[in-house]
Amino acid sequence: MIRRTLYGIPIIFGATLILFFIFNIVPGDPAVQLAGKHATPEAVASIRHELGLDRPMYAQYFEFVKQTLTLDFGRSYSTKQDIMEMFWYGAGTSLSLILPPFLITVIVSLLFGALVAYYRATWIDKSIVALSVAGQSISMLAYVLAFQYFFAYKWNMFPVTGYDTSWVGRWQYLTLPGLIYIAVALSPFIRFYRTIILDEFYQDYVRTARAKGLTEKVVMLKHVMKNAMIPVITDLLVQLPFLILGSLILEKFFSIPGLGDITVRAITDLDRPVIMAVTVLGTIAFVVLNILSDILYALVDPRVKVS
Amino acid sequence: MKFLAKRIKGNSLWSDAMRRLLSDRLAVASLIIVFLFLVISLMTQFGIGIDDWKVVIGASREAPTFAKGWKFWLGTDIFGRSMLLKALHGSYTALFIGVMSSVISIPIGMVLGAIAGYFGGWIDEVITWLYTTVSNIPEILLLVAISFAIGSKGIVAVTIALGTTTWVSLARLIRGEVIKHKSRDYVTAAEAIGGSHFRRLFIHITPNVLHILMITFSLRFVTAIKSEVLLTYLGLGVRPGEASWGLMIDDAKSELVQGMWWGMAGATILMFLIVIAFSLLADAMRDAFDPKLRT
Repeated sequence: MIRRTLYGIPIIFGATLILFFIFNIVPGDPAVQLAGKHATPEAVASIRHELGLDRPMYAQYFEFVKQTLTLDFGRSYSTKQDIMEMFWYGAGTSLSLILPPFLITVIVSLLFGALVAYYRATWIDKSIVALSVAGQSISMLAYVLAFQYFFAYKWNMFPVTGYDTSWVGRWQYLTLPGLIYIAVALSPFIRFYRTIILDEFYQDYVRTARAKGLTEKVVMLKHVMKNAMIPVITDLLVQLPFLILGSLILEKFFSIPGLGDITVRAITDLDRPVIMAVTVLGTIAFVVLNILSDILYALVDPRVKVS
Repeated sequence: MKFLAKRIKGNSLWSDAMRRLLSDRLAVASLIIVFLFLVISLMTQFGIGIDDWKVVIGASREAPTFAKGWKFWLGTDIFGRSMLLKALHGSYTALFIGVMSSVISIPIGMVLGAIAGYFGGWIDEVITWLYTTVSNIPEILLLVAISFAIGSKGIVAVTIALGTTTWVSLARLIRGEVIKHKSRDYVTAAEAIGGSHFRRLFIHITPNVLHILMITFSLRFVTAIKSEVLLTYLGLGVRPGEASWGLMIDDAKSELVQGMWWGMAGATILMFLIVIAFSLLADAMRDAFDPKLRT
């Protein structure tokens, strides 16, 4: 278990190296962009010095690693705000956008996954799988546009876009994007859970349970579902960083000031430190949750050994 | 000898798989759809039967009609250009991004995975570390980072970004397969007759793992087409002025409110067809090459 944890270190180290490399082949000098159109060469040079861009590459890399370790990424180029403050604020907003619909999606897809696995190879199974495949083949953007057009614009059930930072006021703005998230996420989740549950059906213990004379319902609920919950729960942990990141598309479309929106703005403003911070923090969250999920797996399922 | 050669020929993995694939009606239909898209893209590029989409053919924002010829089937855009032509040209963009990003990612994934699996030891550890690291950077963030780094937006940037992020799953699969194959008798036999490492790996083992490549290609294609639309919407993808489904759906933001649904409908339907064809094809190929996995 300790070894599994230590294994995260070279991965995080590698990720900082790769990201640093990617961000340093950016054409264009951020100092020139910051100084504006009419800047003198001296002004550009002083900004470059201020940002530490005139130092050698390895020194800049160490600075990046130090920032990552101390979780202090300085200030944004464009908004001048403290990046970590922006990050935590955005993470809260993104979570309130995505967490409720995510939980609903998981519960609904588990029910459907169990249903189609129970009725496997019948018309119920086939039609739900066909619908999911079709649902997955439509662009997320098309869902967003269609939902917004009908629910907000035509039927006036929700505001078209906007956001309210108060805890009570935000929900009227978050419901429609939440519904869209559910509509988009249901298909892949149902197919994934169906595969997991079907995998269990072909295990020996299921045959034993049937041989004992248990009814198919008991086999399903007491044996199959219980075991299928292990991969389901561990997978949920791995999904979490994607939730914190929110959905770039939904946040941009509905102007919700979450992490996704911060990232998209940083791209348009060429705000390098913000993008670097978001990518490296997202990666660390992913690595840590992956490790936690492996450990959890081993704790719940004694057959698995963490090496 | 001639007689012997005929007897040995028998059923190969590939001929068996092809037979299974061709008896699957959905798979055949998907193959036909993919082929049609291929023909359409080539026709748009060589100007055979499908004209340039930038030509003004009618009034601005004309609704779809069957009365004025096939170019009006999907109406016109804000400049009075044929929406159907734009959507058909968009299929070239989609296929280009799908194919070219695979041309970048498949050799990387294939070679790294094969080398890691075959040689093992420290080479394996370094390559495994590399792809574990890349796979631990959430894909959308990596795409954002690379598109940001390439700077010049457009079709080429999207293609490079997708190509350099999507080799990981292929490398992992190929590595696993090569490890399975390298201790089999036929590889030992090749070693016994003096085959070099290179020969054993690329002439003997590689053909036996090629089907993974085809399945991965189909799945990557789906990811590439879907990502193109999303990246374009985020401002990191195809630039305005090019024919792309992503741009057409993005335009629909303002068009829908004016009651103009045909641009979005055309792009969504074409995209739906090619994505579903490739998804079904990938499933069918997996079943055809590995009947054990059939559920």
